[in-house]
Amino acid sequence: MLDIGLSHYLIVAAILFTLGVFGIFLNRKNVIIILMSIELMLLSVNINLVSFSAFLNDLVGQVFAMFVLTVAAAEAAIGLAILVIYFRNRGSISVEDVNMMKG
Amino acid sequence: MDILTDIKLIWPELCIALSAMSLLMIGAFKGDNSTKTITWMSICVMGIACLLVILGPETPSLAFNNLFVVDQFSNYSKVLILIGATLTLIFALPFNLREGIPQFEFPILLLFAVLGMMMMVSANDLIALYLGIELQSLSLYVLAAIRRDSIKSAEAGLKYFVLGALSSGILLYGMTMVYGFSGATGFNELELAFSDGVANNQLIGVTVGVIFILCALAFKVSAVPFHMWTPDVYEGAPTPITAFFSIAPKIAAMLLLARVLLEPFGGLFVQWQQVICFIAIASMTFGAFAAINQTNIKRLMAYSSIGHMGFVLVGLAAGTLAGLQAVLLYLTVYLFMNVGTFACILAMKRDDRMVEEINQLAGYSRTNPRMTIALTIFMFSMAGIPPLAGFFGKYFVFKAAIDAELYTLTVIGLLASVVSAFYYLRIVKLMYFDEAMDEFDKSIGKEISLITVGMSIVTAFFIIILWPVLDNAAIAASSIFL
Repeated sequence: MLDIGLSHYLIVAAILFTLGVFGIFLNRKNVIIILMSIELMLLSVNINLVSFSAFLNDLVGQVFAMFVLTVAAAEAAIGLAILVIYFRNRGSISVEDVNMMKG
Repeated sequence: MDILTDIKLIWPELCIALSAMSLLMIGAFKGDNSTKTITWMSICVMGIACLLVILGPETPSLAFNNLFVVDQFSNYSKVLILIGATLTLIFALPFNLREGIPQFEFPILLLFAVLGMMMMVSANDLIALYLGIELQSLSLYVLAAIRRDSIKSAEAGLKYFVLGALSSGILLYGMTMVYGFSGATGFNELELAFSDGVANNQLIGVTVGVIFILCALAFKVSAVPFHMWTPDVYEGAPTPITAFFSIAPKIAAMLLLARVLLEPFGGLFVQWQQVICFIAIASMTFGAFAAINQTNIKRLMAYSSIGHMGFVLVGLAAGTLAGLQAVLLYLTVYLFMNVGTFACILAMKRDDRMVEEINQLAGYSRTNPRMTIALTIFMFSMAGIPPLAGFFGKYFVFKAAIDAELYTLTVIGLLASVVSAFYYLRIVKLMYFDEAMDEFDKSIGKEISLITVGMSIVTAFFIIILWPVLDNAAIAASSIFL
């Protein structure tokens, strides 16, 4: 029987985090996918926090996870609001169309 | 610890939070025609908060289970932030009324952003730090996109949001690593844990965490290689917002970075000094070279602010008391120069429309000689020409770096400063010596001319207030190195 320890949780969180980062940079289609990737990153951070908290027998990590969840909700709301404004002006939410200014 | 003593320490924050919420209620009931009243009330609130900060406790004190710290360093930072925000709000009002940004939410969002920044510089725990940064960032995303009918503003908001959220994710991941491998989130506990080196089994995890946190904060101060959002956001956002972006959040993030690196992670100096040296060199050289080709003055200011942040990081890389003092002095000088420059940019109008192209400035001295003198002072100061304010900022930063034996960094910094002088002086040359284009509008509004005059006097005769500023910066810096 394989024991599931701290490192397994950390590896899952690291994989999810990397997927989130790649989702932001490699995605060429849709801004909504970027929003989903951001959520994925924040949730992987929560896995990290909760597993460290359980491993260290320390409640601070779980309190931190609650704060992260709250802020993630606010962040998603603001992201979607900005996206709606962008869509009204541009008529598209394709990542390739976000190119009015070149930097 | 009694709750009342805690509350006494957060009077300035409490004042801003409560008034922002009540102003929001007034705005919600009275609608957009109350914008003017709300803006002036916000300005008063920030003035009162500034007084409360100055009258605050002299000795460093902790509040709310050590989540929040009030010391000379945080007070100095808060005064800078509040001055920057107040001045931008004053010159934003006529612009907003003229350009059709009537939303009463504008000053309120600015107040919330300021509240977030004040929490950032007073944070004494990773959780408090995160909440402060998010309160500031979420307000700033909305401010960037506040011009709802402009595609550029919406795009600026979208880009800022996506990259800002990415940096928050990186910041959080770094924090979890630090928490997991050291078992604490409070700055005092972390400082204690790292004070005599880190055990080998913790070193990798903690170093990864610190580097992640550093990357995310470099994002917030727009240091190279995490600068890519800056030019686009600066160009797209309405000009007063751009001015605000280049002043208060930069100052807050830089001072937060200083506290995080020197207080909790002071024991890891060897690990982070190399990284700070690298991003300082990269920001200074990139800021100098990339700005040369710019045609839009707001983009130019974006690259210029990237360069300035590089110079500030030089002082931080020294990691000494003198270095931190130089950082504080540089940021003070940067505040005055940037407010003045943006006031000049806001005054550039032709037929009541904003002019943003640099070439259009040709022959500006013939239309508006007084404004040209002011802009010349700011440009000379940014280039670091001696009697002006910018020179003293650069001088003390490089002096601290030499005392810390960072010779390569200093030489590269000085060379970058010479290159960046080119594009500042180009603007001066255009204004005085080139063939005049169509006339600019003569009326520029009393708010803007007042701010321009005030800032150019401060910038030109900075040497008079240099010693008091330096003394205060020294007191503020020493509260970090207790």
